[in-house]
Amino acid sequence: MTTTFDLSAVGLREVNQALHAPDLDDEFLIENPLGAHNVAVGVNAPIKVTVNGHLGYFAAGMNQQAEVTINGNAGQGVAENMMSGVVHVTGSASQSAGATGRGGLLVIDGDAGARCGISLKGLDIVVGGSVGHMSAFMAQRGTLVVRGDAGDALGDSLYEARLYVRGEVRSLGADCVEKEMGPEHVQELAGLLKAAGFADDDPATYRRYGSARTLYHFHADNTY
Amino acid sequence: MCGIVGLHLRNPELYPQLGELLTGMLCEMEDRGADSAGIAVYGHEEWSPAGHGTISLIDLAAPAPEVAAELGANLGTEVEVRVVENVLLVHAPVASEVLLAAARGLYPHALVGGFGEDLAVLKGVGAPADLAAAWGLEKAQGWQGVGHTRMATESAVTAAGAHPYAVGPGECLVHNGSFSNHASIRRELRAAGVEFDSENDTEVGARFVAHALAQGKGVDDALGELTQTFDGFYTLLVSNRDSFAVVRDAIACKPAVIAETDDWVAMASEYRALAHLPGVANARIWEPEPEVIYHWSREGVPA
Repeated sequence: MTTTFDLSAVGLREVNQALHAPDLDDEFLIENPLGAHNVAVGVNAPIKVTVNGHLGYFAAGMNQQAEVTINGNAGQGVAENMMSGVVHVTGSASQSAGATGRGGLLVIDGDAGARCGISLKGLDIVVGGSVGHMSAFMAQRGTLVVRGDAGDALGDSLYEARLYVRGEVRSLGADCVEKEMGPEHVQELAGLLKAAGFADDDPATYRRYGSARTLYHFHADNTY
Repeated sequence: MCGIVGLHLRNPELYPQLGELLTGMLCEMEDRGADSAGIAVYGHEEWSPAGHGTISLIDLAAPAPEVAAELGANLGTEVEVRVVENVLLVHAPVASEVLLAAARGLYPHALVGGFGEDLAVLKGVGAPADLAAAWGLEKAQGWQGVGHTRMATESAVTAAGAHPYAVGPGECLVHNGSFSNHASIRRELRAAGVEFDSENDTEVGARFVAHALAQGKGVDDALGELTQTFDGFYTLLVSNRDSFAVVRDAIACKPAVIAETDDWVAMASEYRALAHLPGVANARIWEPEPEVIYHWSREGVPA
């Protein structure tokens, strides 16, 4: 059963409370969001949510289990701290997409702004276009796949997240280095591209970046 | 926080709707700042009649007929004063700079909101929706408008601290963010003879741009110099009677979204301020890149 909400007619709280009802397994359609913030945050059920239109801040934040599709653009912090499930943005996303995300898959068909995947903690992010500066800043775990270019200071102060970029990287951040693509990386990347709907991409056209691990292993003889 | 909106119309058929569209945009950004607000409208005949210089005097405690008579006697020409809530819009068939000099001589402590040939600037303390209603913004017409909703962080909640800062002829600047080295730059500008109305950080940015334009530099050069000189967080919308420009700092943490159609260019802090514009469904929508200057201008402004 599909429940439809016209967000220009009903309040955001009513919509989000309906998405938080116990034992849900339905489908939901949200029309006319008109850039509203906090749409479909905190969902924790195996439901499908489709939003037709552009959204504001923190869309589908903290998502668990749900499959959320945004047919439009998303403002800053889309899918921030998501735990599981899938969030798919068919347009572009503003800054801090997938920030601190712990699990699941975030797909952005267009571009993502600055700080995409900042402080990533296990989420997989696939961006169809390019990402802005300081993406994957201090990212600890998970992956960031970029089919286009990356802005300045990619992977600054990176921990153990893995970054794959097909286009140009304007500059690498502190302690982020290019690394060899092993068979296990090709396999991982191919799986992510397939899951995100980009199965035709050849993983061999991507480069891998990761932490040089010199920044978070402190040396007793460091001098400043 | 603060919110910025701006609308640059390309299709003259939309000119009569400028005020209505700008009101919707401004009120949508009230959540980002509700302590004060301001707007600038280019080309509203009632507020800035063609062939006249116009200046905006904010919160001046003098009756309009007296101001008209005193300025008229001083300039030796007929001066009209229109009362728009807390603002006196003063018009005379002279250059706005001449009118401004006379007003500054007679009312040295008056706050000048802006001056120019086609420009009316209104600003005040209060909620944006209340101010827009009191000013009758919905009925304003014209080819370009900007607005600002303020959440004060750097200086007092006063009309002098409200945006826009319109400190050069026909020029106008609104800002979301905060400049961190404004005190040093203010000292340098003061040393170069520039005078200030407030301790507000944004005023320094506006004076810096006006100073560069007065030296004959173009908008792109002036904003390029601003990015190299100012430290801090900013999304700026800088307008002239024939131009509309957006720039963000290198960190780009202050939000901005631009939308463009054949009929208009619009920018706002958030998309929701643009969601009601006619034809937005087919607009090209994007987030401006850090330190890239986006600039639109018009060949000749249709009357």
